[in-house]
Amino acid sequence: MTVAIDKDAAAAPAPTAGQPMVRFEKVTKRYGNLVVLDQLDLDVAPNEIVSIIGPSGSGKTTVLRMLMTLEEINDGVIYVDGEPLTHMQRGGKLMRADQRHLRRLRANIGMVFQHFNLFPHMTALGNCIEAPVHVLGMPKAEAVQRAEELLEMVGLKDKMHQHPSRLSGGQQQRVAIARALAMRPKVLLFDEVTSALDPEVIGEVLNVIRDLATQHSLTMLMVTHQMGFAKEISHRVCFFYEGKIAEQGPPGELFGNPQNERTRQFLSAVLDAG
Amino acid sequence: MSYLEFLEEFGARYLDGSLITLIQAVCSSILAIAIAATMGLMRLSHLWGVRAIATCYVEFFRGTSLLVQLYWIYYVLPLFGVPLDNFTAGILGVGMNLGAYGAELVRGGIQSVPRGQYEAAIALNMSPIGRMRRVIMPQAILNMLPPWGTLLIELLKGTALVSLISVADLMFEAKQINGSTYLSAQAFGTALVIYYIMARLIITPLMRWSETLLSRRMGRA
Repeated sequence: MTVAIDKDAAAAPAPTAGQPMVRFEKVTKRYGNLVVLDQLDLDVAPNEIVSIIGPSGSGKTTVLRMLMTLEEINDGVIYVDGEPLTHMQRGGKLMRADQRHLRRLRANIGMVFQHFNLFPHMTALGNCIEAPVHVLGMPKAEAVQRAEELLEMVGLKDKMHQHPSRLSGGQQQRVAIARALAMRPKVLLFDEVTSALDPEVIGEVLNVIRDLATQHSLTMLMVTHQMGFAKEISHRVCFFYEGKIAEQGPPGELFGNPQNERTRQFLSAVLDAG
Repeated sequence: MSYLEFLEEFGARYLDGSLITLIQAVCSSILAIAIAATMGLMRLSHLWGVRAIATCYVEFFRGTSLLVQLYWIYYVLPLFGVPLDNFTAGILGVGMNLGAYGAELVRGGIQSVPRGQYEAAIALNMSPIGRMRRVIMPQAILNMLPPWGTLLIELLKGTALVSLISVADLMFEAKQINGSTYLSAQAFGTALVIYYIMARLIITPLMRWSETLLSRRMGRA
């Protein structure tokens, strides 16, 4: 599938046609009686940047958490690069994925969290080489070199020997982005990555993500409250309401001329507040 | 008999007893830590059976008296064909008992690590063992050090009970000296002071040192 590219995002690599990188097929998630996601269908093309917006409790974050296998799904199938994530083929039947299958598919996906979740007992550099060395089996020297490049990219090479407790929120989040990139994921998930930050450091984190979007071929799914930013870098924006995608489209259309009543209400509420 | 004369006469025996108490404490600490780590992790298993075994262990050893457990190990196990000398029985009894308390500290320490740390480790595709060993445990250990200090002092004092299965520890010597001299105040008073010194001058500084060391590795100190 192809998605029309908004003018604002013209610098980003265009999404590639063909097999979707991520596909949600009738995915349902319930907590007890509460339906968080209701038969969600969503395709994300390779290199596509999709922003997910919507009121709290609309299931936005759950989408990312299910894709990262932090939440189990109750129904439906998620495909990553054509393969089912939560299930596997065994003797012609689809069965629940085992640890090995999960780890193989998870290697495609990276995630950046709202609260950074850096490992406090490791330095910035240590955080960035931990998984490459111990999961990918990369030689330490190579991992260090690559981590240094990534930390330089996020503007923190001079802080690489500091522990997270010595870094500001914005700096921690930039380390977290470098740490996720060190695993070379095909898909990178951003879960409200600026929500826990002081207003004056939000910009430095958004700049890093903007650079990523324009200079790297990476599929990105982003749950965000930064409407201006979503408009600027996304190829597509999805508005979630009560566990469903109420409306989706190129940012210019969704923000400029929303069709759905809920979308209009939400946008006018957040844009007034902002 | 002045207290100095008392010490001159019995000092050597107090030293011998203290040495035995220290050996008992060190050996049963090692055992307790090993049991605590195993049972604490088993308590967190997602397999029902594994959890049940650990829960039974903890309930049994915390719920019954250490002294009775020592008697069981020393007097009853030989009847089932497991003869143990009193020294080994003492280490086993104290170690297994305090290990049950320690298991709860391990469980609590692991659970005190924020959920986001597990999630970050999953997002980095770490294996379940890697997550525990590289991410959760280092943080959990720092969180559980203060209660472990208390537990190890408890363990040291608990070793006094091994005198009742005739291990010639500090308490055993104190009782013997009391029995032959009837100088109860001196005999037991000296033992009290020695227990206090061991707890205050060995265990407490050791724990504080470990805490500083680990905090520094977290970049906190």
